[in-house]
Amino acid sequence: MIELEQYLTVAGVLFVIGIFGIFLNRKNVIIILMSIELMLLAVNVNMVAFSVYLGDLTGQVFTLFILTVAAAEAAIGLAILVCFFRNRGTISVEDVNVMKG
Amino acid sequence: MISNDLNTVLPELLLAIYAMGALMFAVYTGKDRVASMLIWITALVMFALGGWIAAQPAGAHMAFGGAFVDDGFSRFAKVLMLWASGLVLLLSQDYLTRNDMLKFEFPILISLAVVGMMMMVSAGDLMSLYMGLELQSLALYVIASFRRDSLRSTEAGLKYFVLGALSSGMLLYGASFIYGTTGTTKFAGITSVIATDGMGLGLLFGMVFMTVGMAFKISAAPFHMWTPDVYEGSPTPVTAFFASAPKMAAAGLIARVMHDAFGQATADWGQIIAMLSMLSMFLGAVAAIGQTNIKRMMAYSSIGHMGFALMGLASGTQEGVQAMLIYMAIYVVMNLGVFAFILNMEKDGRAVTDIRSLGMYSKTSPGRAMALAILMFSLAGIPPLVGFFGKLFVLQAAINAGYSWLAIGGVIASVIGAFYYLRIIYYMYFGSETDALDAKMPGLHYIVLAASAAIMVFGAINLFGLEGFAAAAAEALLK
Repeated sequence: MIELEQYLTVAGVLFVIGIFGIFLNRKNVIIILMSIELMLLAVNVNMVAFSVYLGDLTGQVFTLFILTVAAAEAAIGLAILVCFFRNRGTISVEDVNVMKG
Repeated sequence: MISNDLNTVLPELLLAIYAMGALMFAVYTGKDRVASMLIWITALVMFALGGWIAAQPAGAHMAFGGAFVDDGFSRFAKVLMLWASGLVLLLSQDYLTRNDMLKFEFPILISLAVVGMMMMVSAGDLMSLYMGLELQSLALYVIASFRRDSLRSTEAGLKYFVLGALSSGMLLYGASFIYGTTGTTKFAGITSVIATDGMGLGLLFGMVFMTVGMAFKISAAPFHMWTPDVYEGSPTPVTAFFASAPKMAAAGLIARVMHDAFGQATADWGQIIAMLSMLSMFLGAVAAIGQTNIKRMMAYSSIGHMGFALMGLASGTQEGVQAMLIYMAIYVVMNLGVFAFILNMEKDGRAVTDIRSLGMYSKTSPGRAMALAILMFSLAGIPPLVGFFGKLFVLQAAINAGYSWLAIGGVIASVIGAFYYLRIIYYMYFGSETDALDAKMPGLHYIVLAASAAIMVFGAINLFGLEGFAAAAAEALLK
């Protein structure tokens, strides 16, 4: 039997990998998009685990909402990235630097 | 039952249907040729909806099992957001035409963002909160990169997207822990669990993560890093929009979550918000000093102002919420005036954002220089202008709630911050002469600039009754 803590640990690890993927990655903006997905999916694991543990469906409904929004978010992120690529000619993270900060 | 629910969400519903209908209409008719007409219609729809919401009788209505709350607080925020967005739309039309960006998607995306904001301030459930927040954010990511052939604009959109998505992730992670510990996503349910069991570790953890996510959205330090770049890179009308309605929405959202869901744990979140407020005020004051780009400077100014607004919230009292609402309303009015001016900073048909280009501006156009000077004094919080009263209310609320250190910090930060507002006035009245900005200001922009400045002067008499409205709204939130 897998306990709640184990699910939470997996989700926590995935979430932290996602955050580190955004901040430590110096290569490619696509990797940032993947890291964002990873964070949202970690939240989904959390939600479903809690939902089953509590015997309450709300968490799974929430998960469906998150999945839908994540898909829309990825679409918009990729669209902005395509526009950026057309102007800059690269999607390397180091080159997202026209403005300081 | 369902008709009651729909009746409660009618304003949001109408605006959403309007946005979709307008999209279909524009796609199947003249595309960008109908853009300027759409901007006018959208602005009128927003003004009308705002007026309609303002005219509604007091009282709270719940819809969809408490997931959506329509009370005095949300109505106050909605009226402000709708009117501010409508005004920004009207202001942006001229700039968009001049810079060849007049696309019909602009008013539609703004309407969708406003629907999201209206849902945010009315959220009564973690799910509706998230959906409102994302509807707003997704529309804002797109309009930040609205000038899609400009590197700066797309870079601004990209940065905003990455950090916005990160903040949504944080917020959701917090939400999952809140759900896991309380077994409900409803704010009312969360409150009752806290009332019986107190704040457990899981709840505290979830609340901190949610606060971080919302602090990103309101651009409070230390989660502000996207703000200067996005303000600088976005087209100026978009910057004007970012500095008005979404700020009110984010402030309303934080107040809603903190008081509706965590109202029993004021001491726990009060210190977090107080810390955010302190950092924002000082960062906004100090970091703006080195800026020469007026849009970047306004970004740091907005960070500082959010710090003051959060000071009101940190007090955790009804007086504090009232002070925050007054502060936000004054801030939005001042910002609309300033951006009506910035939209027209042009030389030889090219937009200028360097503040040194304002040298001796008072000679070429004394009227505009005067209005901008009044607004700058008001932003700095110099009495007897209205901006001072906004600060006075939040400082009083903080002191009455026992946050004297925060109030002292606020006063010091506002003194430091006054430097860069006064510098603009210095350039305009005593600076060295430069090639004058030569854009002709359209009548509407002139009216908004002058009206905003006039409100800052004459509002000092009684704040136009704002105090009473804000008090009623704050009372509705804390009921």
